[in-house]
Amino acid sequence: MPEQEPKVRARNFDEVPFGYTPELAQLESSRCLQCKKPKCMEGCPVEIDIPAFVKLISEGDYKSAALKLKERNALPAVCGRVCPQEDQCEKLCIVGKKDQPVAVGRLERFAADWERTKGEVTLPEKAPATGKKVAVVGSGPAGLTVAGDLILKGHDVTIFEALHKPGGVLIYGIPEFRLPKAIVQSEVNYLERLGVKVECNCVIGRIDTVDELLREYHAVFLGLGAGLPQFLNIPGENYCGIYSANEYLTRSNLMKAYLFPKYDTPIARGKNVAVFGAGNVAMDSARTALRLGADTVRIIYRRSRDEMPARIEEVHHAEEEGVQFYLLTAPVRFLGDDNGWVTGVECLRMELGEPDESGRRRPVPIKGSEFQLECDMAVVAIGAGPNPLLPTQTPGLELNKRGYIVADLETGKSTKPKTWAGGDIVTGSATVILAMGAGRKAANSIHEYLTS
Amino acid sequence: MAEKTVCHLRVEAPKIAQKAQPGQFVVLRVNETGERVPLTMGGTDPAAGTIDLIFQVVGKSTALMRTLNVGDSIQDIIGPLGKPTHIEKIGKVICVGGGTGVAVMYPITKAYKEAGNHVTAIIGARTKDLLILEDEMKAASHDLRVTTDDGSYGVHGFVTDVLRKILDEQKDVKLIVGIGPVPMMKFLCKLTKEYGVKTMVSLNPIMVDATGMCGACRVTVGGKTKFCCVDGPEFDGHEVDYDELVKRQRAYLTEEKVSMEEFKAAGR
Repeated sequence: MPEQEPKVRARNFDEVPFGYTPELAQLESSRCLQCKKPKCMEGCPVEIDIPAFVKLISEGDYKSAALKLKERNALPAVCGRVCPQEDQCEKLCIVGKKDQPVAVGRLERFAADWERTKGEVTLPEKAPATGKKVAVVGSGPAGLTVAGDLILKGHDVTIFEALHKPGGVLIYGIPEFRLPKAIVQSEVNYLERLGVKVECNCVIGRIDTVDELLREYHAVFLGLGAGLPQFLNIPGENYCGIYSANEYLTRSNLMKAYLFPKYDTPIARGKNVAVFGAGNVAMDSARTALRLGADTVRIIYRRSRDEMPARIEEVHHAEEEGVQFYLLTAPVRFLGDDNGWVTGVECLRMELGEPDESGRRRPVPIKGSEFQLECDMAVVAIGAGPNPLLPTQTPGLELNKRGYIVADLETGKSTKPKTWAGGDIVTGSATVILAMGAGRKAANSIHEYLTS
Repeated sequence: MAEKTVCHLRVEAPKIAQKAQPGQFVVLRVNETGERVPLTMGGTDPAAGTIDLIFQVVGKSTALMRTLNVGDSIQDIIGPLGKPTHIEKIGKVICVGGGTGVAVMYPITKAYKEAGNHVTAIIGARTKDLLILEDEMKAASHDLRVTTDDGSYGVHGFVTDVLRKILDEQKDVKLIVGIGPVPMMKFLCKLTKEYGVKTMVSLNPIMVDATGMCGACRVTVGGKTKFCCVDGPEFDGHEVDYDELVKRQRAYLTEEKVSMEEFKAAGR
């Protein structure tokens, strides 16, 4: 797949991969064996008919390929870009046993982009109006999927979003260079054209409670996401220039601080940046820091390369762009100056011991191995938990010990009547596609309830 | 009200006006390139569906807001945010407001009085032109004292000078609420700690989302990190690390200057 040169792209916010040309797409799609028992489909959380859409591309019928995708996936342009296909469909591909698997993700992106840029998005037919109203709280991937499914089934759907733009993590979390915001807006516009109402600037839990919503709506879906930043809880963490990844990425992606002063929201442009964590969010933060002008960006992670949760593709992109990796290293405390700005971090070297409850080998400090790293900015990207704002204000909604909503994983039903939940607020931080899968299941369950 | 530095906007926001409680705030974005600006509400009119925002013009966003005229629109407004003030009938309450802190102090003062407390209010500003809501605060309390730093109106001195006098005279004050610039709240709490009177303050750190998802507004209270937007904005004033708050508020001084210079250069 043709990509921007690492040194060039590390200083701009344009997408890294250019995308397939029709020629490349046809070539790649004809590698598919059209297996009678497609293993790839077993790996897809939303059960896309992969051989079918791939065949349509190989036949040059891109419009039908996009339609085929949309039968099971409301956001194909998004998934084609951010799904960890290497752990899902492509991992099970038969061609992949002897050769490179068929590039399902890139083909999905090609078909979705083709349809979007040609400007002829066909609207599927909706079922007759049922007279039932559903409130979806959160416009991230789970909420958008629930809305997209239920509107087609004839229900009246309104999405309530706390931020001023819809998309959830798609708009605030994933950077422009991995997922252009125009695409997210285009996907939301598609839903609005289908009849979904989107109300931004509504913080359910403050402007209205779930119980107040239930007076007007027949069912409520909670797709709140993992919106509580996790901090290291080490001394000095409140020095200026130390951001949670949520804040750093929200400033850059949602508020477009990378265009300051054209856009009013500022963001620190550290020259020497330390990013803690090694998931996709840490890679996004590190690569954003480079694009904002950093000379040195270091990923500091307490385990080793094998345990890093980020997509290999994202680690690869980060390395090519010049991000340094300090593995088996954990932070002990931050250092700062008299103005309260961070100047460095004291670290400790680690080694791997026995596995902990996550199944990964536990990092064990090496005594006496303290050393200091200079930095003028830091991003803490070690995970996000459940934002308690709404869950703790909703009687009858059972939460588990860590504050996540307890919901049936097959139906999304919570312990509160007429209330479903799915995505990160149930499982903890996961992926866009898993949230969509949860949204699909909840939509089916809600539909069953509304029509029984 | 000072012509160019203190601004009062009455905004049509019916749902927020209906739901807002004393002590809560809103976040607004004037236009597409605007930042998210948190502002406390200086009063609401649920029947008319409006909320009052009174603020000092300190940078580009507030300067931009000052250019808004009747009939103009604000692109995004979110609220009500923050935990409402905890109002109960406890006896003698003193409400102290400094500068534009008096704006949010007003609905709080009114609420304490309506709850059956005996309310003394002290409001202060640097100079007469910066005093706000004097008549409203008089109506909202049983006893109003006014101070100006330069003596141009009322008592010549700080709100803390008047407070000290009252605390010397009255030994049965149950609660003090203090809202204003950080140094004012810091010194107010130093004073009230001497007298052992519980004091609540309302903090104003930088915020981005204001719903608890980013941590920009983190403050240290009682040695623990709290998010001002969801755990506050009111906290026990004796437990707050004011020095850290001031440093964090200054994190973008350079950028703020750049924004303001560009704004002025564009002839606004």
